[in-house]
Amino acid sequence: MADSPVATEEVPALREQAADALTRLQAELDDAIVEHAGMFGDVVVRVRRDAWRRSAQVCKDGLGCDYLSFIAGIDWMPTPAVVEEGSGDTSAPAQPKDQTYGVAGSDGRYQLLALVESTRRQSWRVILKTDLPDDDLHAESWVSLYPGADWHEREAWEMYGFVFDGHPSLRHLYLPSEFEGHPLRKDYPLLAREVKPWPGLVDVEPMPGEPADDDAPTGTETGAIEAGESA
Amino acid sequence: MTTTNLPPPGDLPEIAVDPAAFRHLADAQVNVELDTGDMVLNIGPQHPATHGTLRLVVRLDGERVVSADPIIGYMHRGYEKLTEFRTYPQITTLINRIDWLSSFANEVPFIEAAEHLMAIEAPPRAQYLRTILTELSRIATFLLFLGEMGLQVGAITPAFYGFRDREYVLNLIEAVTGGRFHPNFNRIGGIKDDLPWGWISECRGVMNKTLASCDEFDDLVVGNPIFQKRTRSIGIIPRELGAAYGVSGSNLRASGVDWDLRRDGPKYLVYDELDWQVWTHPDGDSFSRYWVRLQETRESARMVLQMLDQMPSGPLMAKVPRIIKVPEGEVFVNTENPLGEMGYYVISKGATGPFRTKIRSASFSNVSILPWLLRGVYVPDIVTILASLYFILGDIDR
Repeated sequence: MADSPVATEEVPALREQAADALTRLQAELDDAIVEHAGMFGDVVVRVRRDAWRRSAQVCKDGLGCDYLSFIAGIDWMPTPAVVEEGSGDTSAPAQPKDQTYGVAGSDGRYQLLALVESTRRQSWRVILKTDLPDDDLHAESWVSLYPGADWHEREAWEMYGFVFDGHPSLRHLYLPSEFEGHPLRKDYPLLAREVKPWPGLVDVEPMPGEPADDDAPTGTETGAIEAGESA
Repeated sequence: MTTTNLPPPGDLPEIAVDPAAFRHLADAQVNVELDTGDMVLNIGPQHPATHGTLRLVVRLDGERVVSADPIIGYMHRGYEKLTEFRTYPQITTLINRIDWLSSFANEVPFIEAAEHLMAIEAPPRAQYLRTILTELSRIATFLLFLGEMGLQVGAITPAFYGFRDREYVLNLIEAVTGGRFHPNFNRIGGIKDDLPWGWISECRGVMNKTLASCDEFDDLVVGNPIFQKRTRSIGIIPRELGAAYGVSGSNLRASGVDWDLRRDGPKYLVYDELDWQVWTHPDGDSFSRYWVRLQETRESARMVLQMLDQMPSGPLMAKVPRIIKVPEGEVFVNTENPLGEMGYYVISKGATGPFRTKIRSASFSNVSILPWLLRGVYVPDIVTILASLYFILGDIDR
């Protein structure tokens, strides 16, 4: 970053409860854990795909995580360039072009992400990840453990094309049943942009009483915050 | 402190076994003998009990529900996709529209997620203002519920009271932020502006008015025998099942789960500096969901009164760069919103916008229990159960 933000509080990589949860997960799951990492106090555990349901079982029965927060997918393919950097088109942020993976890493493009919590202990939650190979997007369903997984897995199936073995009925959740494609994959274009291209900056009229300034406004600044604005 | 007629915790009203439960069994017997055929009933997409466009496909055997299938997606706006094409300050405008009754509370977890990644902390006064506005939006959301729940069981009066009292609170929010429903007032690193002149005394008055109107709802709705008949032992969510479905917020606390992210989650805002308590009810039925929300409205009003007294002075913005670029990383922040757990899993790759945002919204999980919950209930109870779960369609569909 250009300016240096004020760092106030040093956040531990793993909070006490998360370290405890990790130790117990390691004891139960052993070599099914591929990698683990701390993330602002939370623990992220990447497990082997064949242990996806078993890790949920351990979290639920062994760790007391009785509450399912969400299941979601991640597509790590770099965002296709919507705008060229330096072209002045600021309608979308320019994302990096190389494929990098986040916390706890990944083997390939597709990943499953889930978060389970406990309603009995404070700040007791585990984030689970698993990699899905490009040519075989299958994972075991969690519906028999957490009935709430039903809709989350339908959403991941619809948005990413992940298939959950053992799910009672994988059908469309949000989109019409004849819809084709998986909208949250990175190679699926944002259709609104295709139908109607970005019109460019249109609301750059000067405020009443202000002289018109041709050089000043660019789109990134319209949403930016003035430093130390309201001290 | 203000005086209210709260029963002390633990001293809840006696729950008598409802003889209606036995009559239901007798009716089921009759239905078997007469072999009433199945009928499919479509409720919605436009229905007053659905707060938007939710469609319920219900298979009926006589007056009883055999199976219910909620069809959602009529308001799907693809926010998770849109966030990948917008900058952080632009996204706060979008997420205002997820749960449109408590927009300010939606902004908080997302802004906090960005602040975590940038290693910025908002100054204390900004934290207090955020907490006050979050609690005000909770009060506004719940007051509407307290009125509207009466409407769903056929009582018109509470609806007018609810809308009237919510208006006072919305006026307060509008006076600070300029917007009644979509404030877009949070900034990464703090908050946009300070309170207007005279707002604090105005707010004290409204909070006392809110506490008084909660007493009114106590007399008008909670104590009403018709309301109790329509809601007691109807739509019971068992605590383990509710948690496994991801039901959160007041709906889960009404099933006896003593879990509130304001107290039990990782620290956010200034809830640890306030003297307040979490309300639960052991029954898990429609009535207890109403009761818990009524108590939480009171609790929020008391929290706001406390914060007005002990609010620190000081700056409203931390030092942030002119163009917001969030360093590479991932973070999950969840908060206790009026409707339940609202969380954002933000993945950043160092650009001006996030790489991926998973929006965990409360109503989505709260409503996913409906197929289980509606099985076996009578048609008129569908409406009271839907109303007591209290969901916003924008919060389901995102």
